[in-house]
Amino acid sequence: MTTSDKKKYKVIGTTPIRHDGADKVTGRAVYGIDFHTTGMLWGKILRSPHAHAKIKSIDATKALALPGVHAVVTGKDMAVARDIEVEAGETSLNYMHLSDNVMARDKALYKGHAVAAVAADTQHIAEEALGLIEVDYEVLTPVLNGREGMKSDAPLIHPDQTTKIMAFRFDPGTDSGEKSNIAGKSQLKLGDIDAGFKEADFIVEREYTTSWVHQGYIEAQNATAHWNNDDNITVWNSSQGTFNQRQLMAEILKHPVSQIKMVPMEIGGGFGGKIPVYLEIPAAMLSKKTGHPVKMTMTRTEVFEGTGPASAAQMKAKVGATKDGRITAAYAELVFEAGAFPGSAVGAGAQGMFTTYNIENVLIDGYDVVVNKPKSAAYRSPGTPQACFPAEAVIDELAELVGMDPLDFRMKNAAKEGDRRADGVQHPEMGNLECMEALKASDHYKSDLGGPNRGRGVASGYWGNAGMPASCSIAINADGTVSLAEGSPDIGGSRTSIAMMCAEAFGIAAEDVHPSIKDTDSIGYQGLTAGSSTTLRNGWAVFEVTNQAIELIKARAARLWETEPENVDFADGVFFSKAEKELKLTFKEMTGKLMETGGPISVAASVAPRGAGPSFTTHMVDVEVDPETGKVEILRYTAAQDVGTMIHPDYVEGQVQGGAVQGIGWALNEEYFFSDKGAMLNASYLDYRVPTMLDLPMIDTILVEHANPDHPFGVRGVAEISVVPPLGALANAIYAAVGVRMRDLPMAPHKIVKALQEKNGKTK
Amino acid sequence: MATVWIPTPYRDLVGGAETVTVAGSTVRQITRNLDTVYPGFWERLVDDETDRIRAGVSVIINGVVVGTALHEPVGENDEVHYLPAIAGGHP
Amino acid sequence: MASEKTHVRTTLNGEATEYLCETNQSLLEVLRDVLLLTGTKEGCNDGNCGACTVNMDGRIVDSCLVLGVEAEGAEILTIEGVATPEGLHPIQQAFLENAALQCGICTPGFIIASKALLEKEPNPSEARIRHWLAGNLCRCTGYDKIVKAVVAAANTIGGKK
Repeated sequence: MTTSDKKKYKVIGTTPIRHDGADKVTGRAVYGIDFHTTGMLWGKILRSPHAHAKIKSIDATKALALPGVHAVVTGKDMAVARDIEVEAGETSLNYMHLSDNVMARDKALYKGHAVAAVAADTQHIAEEALGLIEVDYEVLTPVLNGREGMKSDAPLIHPDQTTKIMAFRFDPGTDSGEKSNIAGKSQLKLGDIDAGFKEADFIVEREYTTSWVHQGYIEAQNATAHWNNDDNITVWNSSQGTFNQRQLMAEILKHPVSQIKMVPMEIGGGFGGKIPVYLEIPAAMLSKKTGHPVKMTMTRTEVFEGTGPASAAQMKAKVGATKDGRITAAYAELVFEAGAFPGSAVGAGAQGMFTTYNIENVLIDGYDVVVNKPKSAAYRSPGTPQACFPAEAVIDELAELVGMDPLDFRMKNAAKEGDRRADGVQHPEMGNLECMEALKASDHYKSDLGGPNRGRGVASGYWGNAGMPASCSIAINADGTVSLAEGSPDIGGSRTSIAMMCAEAFGIAAEDVHPSIKDTDSIGYQGLTAGSSTTLRNGWAVFEVTNQAIELIKARAARLWETEPENVDFADGVFFSKAEKELKLTFKEMTGKLMETGGPISVAASVAPRGAGPSFTTHMVDVEVDPETGKVEILRYTAAQDVGTMIHPDYVEGQVQGGAVQGIGWALNEEYFFSDKGAMLNASYLDYRVPTMLDLPMIDTILVEHANPDHPFGVRGVAEISVVPPLGALANAIYAAVGVRMRDLPMAPHKIVKALQEKNGKTK
Repeated sequence: MATVWIPTPYRDLVGGAETVTVAGSTVRQITRNLDTVYPGFWERLVDDETDRIRAGVSVIINGVVVGTALHEPVGENDEVHYLPAIAGGHP
Repeated sequence: MASEKTHVRTTLNGEATEYLCETNQSLLEVLRDVLLLTGTKEGCNDGNCGACTVNMDGRIVDSCLVLGVEAEGAEILTIEGVATPEGLHPIQQAFLENAALQCGICTPGFIIASKALLEKEPNPSEARIRHWLAGNLCRCTGYDKIVKAVVAAANTIGGKK
């Protein structure tokens, strides 16, 4: 599907080769993990082998005696961070929790929690030194499940923590006063669910669980830090936001923000997991102690155990509908395991849960519960895949009871512009129903499944997307090209999208814009590369700088033509005199005349855009289930998404496909297995089992271009939402194939076999 | 008068109402006036130390997220929401 | 702590190369930390992700599972040796034209592995490509465009030959 907008543009909507392409296919691109500098030492982290333990003492004497070892730091070497909540990028956080997560002080709160760090001449010596650090632990009983942790007799992870009854995580207003692992309870309420359920002819109420899953970025966390003799700190790493990390570092190290420079190296995936700081802090501390730059990288096991995966959830959903298929009420209870510190994405999950539907009566209770597992972090549409799984599965059951096609049932109840979400906010202009209609009109929908044990499932999803500030600067070169500087780490091709919008504005080719990503000393403030906001907000920044530049060049043309600037206009890449039609110069021709009309031109601008434009999507999947082994084969997959105006359609489609496959992994394979002592038992790629190429078919897409009316180029965030629907769509497809409703993720073969055995036992 | 949507856990402060109408032409005035009629809102929503809406709260005016500044203008018939700042999964 | 190092002679990307390495250093470490050829990426260091794939004597291997000392006398091709001064290899070009990378960290491994496949089997089916490259993980693309890029590269190479 395309819109007529396409005709407006010459560069936007085309598919040029990305500017960093040659570097990335030849191995020349330098990622954080590739960084080297003179005199560099290697750092390594010692991690707690226990999920919950008091740290009684740490003795590094033997480690320090090992030749080649330069320094050891522990949590006691860190200043105590402030116990306050602050804004940090698109989110808020507590500095003390963040600091304690980076390095345990008195208690280790999960297996893999950092307790000490060592710097040595080589990685191998550093590793050897870890084994020589003696830590005396008093092992405590761990809390390993959200619902268990909520019980009043559960061991307390944070002994002083009480439950905040909150609209917001850090609202001080209402506090239960009772000590509890429940860090927060939130609620969204619209209308009157009792009245809504009374109206319903059919009501389905079910319970669901999901497991901890990891973002699985291929490049492990890494940081190289140099604390210079003048107290300026430089950090080279791969992150999803240099300015955010700079703020976090300044606070934890109690060091002026202006004396920290974050240098964004190329980043090998993040999906939310590279927003927080981990290694940056101990690397800087070790550098201060040794006088050398210190490089630290995590092993894959450390990435699984010591970074921020996505919460496991225990959930209830209850939805009612009338005989003619109108949803009258929806209720949900979401229990999210936050990990060792408060702050799961349960709030975002609640806000996304029933949001693709127009439901007048909704109540969602959310619980943020601390457990002895790694502190959860953002993962692509945080919280929403978990929450939309029960919503989409219950709605599928209701469609069957009502006797409607699952897609028709969704279309009948689809939220439209002006309808209210559960939090009361009205939907802006968007393409929810268009996605469903496009899917219904697709060849996929019309195709036959063509065999036994095959089934088709659909599910929808919502993600709000974010705005956040951005800055960029341009320098106009005399040969008609433009140097474009920005500061958002490019995680999937964003520098090319940003350059394309710049090229569009000037009427030049994408290749004539040379984008680069600058460190925090060299460019204005940027928000996170997160919230599907990078192309959107930098598009605004580019819109500002190009408009300003065009005005400046108009004045130069006026000078050249000995007239006033208001007599000069610019359209389709050409500056022209309004009065004398023969007086015209292309952008490129004009750039050659800048020196003679007053010198070079460069422009910088910062913006803080609003009106991000929400994302809506519906996916459809065909599966075949082997009833003997329980293996699910995906036969066909189509994702329909409202993507706004596409800047680079190939990279937009890539986001949709990549997210869908992460959702497929979440649904079918991926999970953290924990021992009864809280140790992750499958902390390697092989045992964790992200999808491989062999597990998948092609991922077809239907890209609905409903331009965002609040953006100069119609951009809508596209990157996150596609991870949301696969969980529900696959559960629904498996039911359609073999008649079992899977309510516990992942839907692994052994669980399907067991469900089939139970079903057949009952029916026989 | 602007229509203010009351966050669910605060509805006890306004006798269970989903929305109330409040006079004021900025977020500061709206929040003050809300607090005058229904005491408790200001403390819950505003961080006096920074003179801003608290971290983790997002003000939404007519569906558009406007952030945490108290001086944000509010129109005569605007709809104001105080919602948790989206994202979640923070460090 | 300086342990005794072994002198190793290899042919690396067509050029005679010598290095000193410790016996516990993997070929991946030697490439990245000794020779500073960081195009070969480290993803897991335990043979599960394929990011460190190199070609060793005509076979693709995870260089994290090969010891540096084992490369004595071997011919090794890394991503740095794929393009020529004349330009990118058709597989590299196809990855770019098909947008087969997002973050790009897995790309060198995929290119080395794909090159070995196409040298062995110039016209592989989609199923064959998926089977051959199943040991290379990509977390960004969902693989769709990588499969298409390998097919496109096969077509280009076939058309030229």
